[in-house]
Amino acid sequence: MNVDWALFLDSLWPIVLGGLSGTIPLSVASFVLGLLIALVIALMRIGSNPVLAWIARAYISVIRGTPLLVQLFVIFYGLPSVGVTLNPWPSAIIAFSLNVGGYAAEVIRASILSVPRGQWEAGYTIGMSRGKTLRRLILPQAARVSVPPLSNTFISLVKDSSLASLILVTELFRKAQEITSFSQQFMLLYLEAALVYWVFCLVLSSGQSKIEERLDRYVAH
Amino acid sequence: MLPTEPLLQVTGLQKSFGANDVLKSIDLSVDAGGVLALIGPSGSGKTTVLRCLNGLEKPDAGTVAFAGGPSVAFSATTSMKEAQSLRTRSAMVFQNYNLFPHKTVLENVTEGPIQVQRRPKAEALAEATSLLERVGLSDKAGQYPHELSGGQQQRVGIVRALALKPSLLLFDEPTSALDPELVGDVLTVIKELAQEGWTMVLVTHELAFAREVADHVVFMDGGVVVEQGHPDTVLREPREERTRQFVHRLLNPF
Repeated sequence: MNVDWALFLDSLWPIVLGGLSGTIPLSVASFVLGLLIALVIALMRIGSNPVLAWIARAYISVIRGTPLLVQLFVIFYGLPSVGVTLNPWPSAIIAFSLNVGGYAAEVIRASILSVPRGQWEAGYTIGMSRGKTLRRLILPQAARVSVPPLSNTFISLVKDSSLASLILVTELFRKAQEITSFSQQFMLLYLEAALVYWVFCLVLSSGQSKIEERLDRYVAH
Repeated sequence: MLPTEPLLQVTGLQKSFGANDVLKSIDLSVDAGGVLALIGPSGSGKTTVLRCLNGLEKPDAGTVAFAGGPSVAFSATTSMKEAQSLRTRSAMVFQNYNLFPHKTVLENVTEGPIQVQRRPKAEALAEATSLLERVGLSDKAGQYPHELSGGQQQRVGIVRALALKPSLLLFDEPTSALDPELVGDVLTVIKELAQEGWTMVLVTHELAFAREVADHVVFMDGGVVVEQGHPDTVLREPREERTRQFVHRLLNPF
């Protein structure tokens, strides 16, 4: 097989640019929103209100029990038939953040529960409310525990965001696809897209190690 | 001796966990400046009494009244918020210290004064620094709890409680988690606080220490107060057979 290196080099920047202007902002926005959803769902699940806890469990069950591609299609192709038409970008961000919310909620819930009960009591005994204890004492400690699993969630999201190409979002994978349509070099361009995803994920993994090091400063070794 | 007004009056305190009646009806009174030692076998309910005084548990019935308030008469309908109002007068020192691992020693101490009591930052820092100096830990202010020994951590726990300026200090077996050679440092600090006039309730297994520091000893067993009085009476010449057995076992373990 002859490798068309000229095509490889010419396509590299457009594909990377698709990543920088599509994949990364899409993933970051969805992840941030998803974490907010996850925190709310996790607190509903832990809290003492049985109705809210039930809603949270149902939400997690639906999100985890249905394919992300189906969720994406329901929002982009399904909602217009009930009168809600969204552009590709908002559709993708909504679908991905709802999805992250479902997965990350369980991570956050487990991290909060991993903080010893005595920490809550120490917060209460110095006069803090439940909310303040959570915010100032429990969540910072839960954050340390949740960095590795949440990093996994984020890296999965970066790769899953390629699904957005199916609802016409111009991101990394769609760029590669566009180039194949006139060059017909499927093997080369899809491997090239894979390579760029891989490099992105390597960078993210090293970022994860940095965050862990920073949060480790108060942990006994 | 002048008659002293009780700082804390507890009457008819009851608490059950499911079918387990942990406190059957507890009456206690702590004089201002007094040191009350709660002793008794595990499961006697002494820690539960302490936790009720700090609003960490909500009693089913009974009254907890501080001179000058708050005073809470507990029933099934008492809200957690009312129980928690007791915290404005007392501060707790835990058996396992429960320091905040993600905050430095100094931040552990100033968290309550700055974040809850909204005291000026400079003032809270200055006070925390001088309190740490008092217990010999001024050089540890910038370190994290895990870098300290158990005895040092517990002294930080005590300083964290003092920084809240409570009327009443509660100690829940403060030396039980410590290596034996570290117990002395912590007991010395508690003794000095007692001599300075702090009012305290102390749950402890250290009978010799209780005899030295406390002016009132309460022996609990099975959720009731079996015997109480001056340490010389309760710990040396107990009237009740159960007290005698307990004291004997603790003083002569073999």
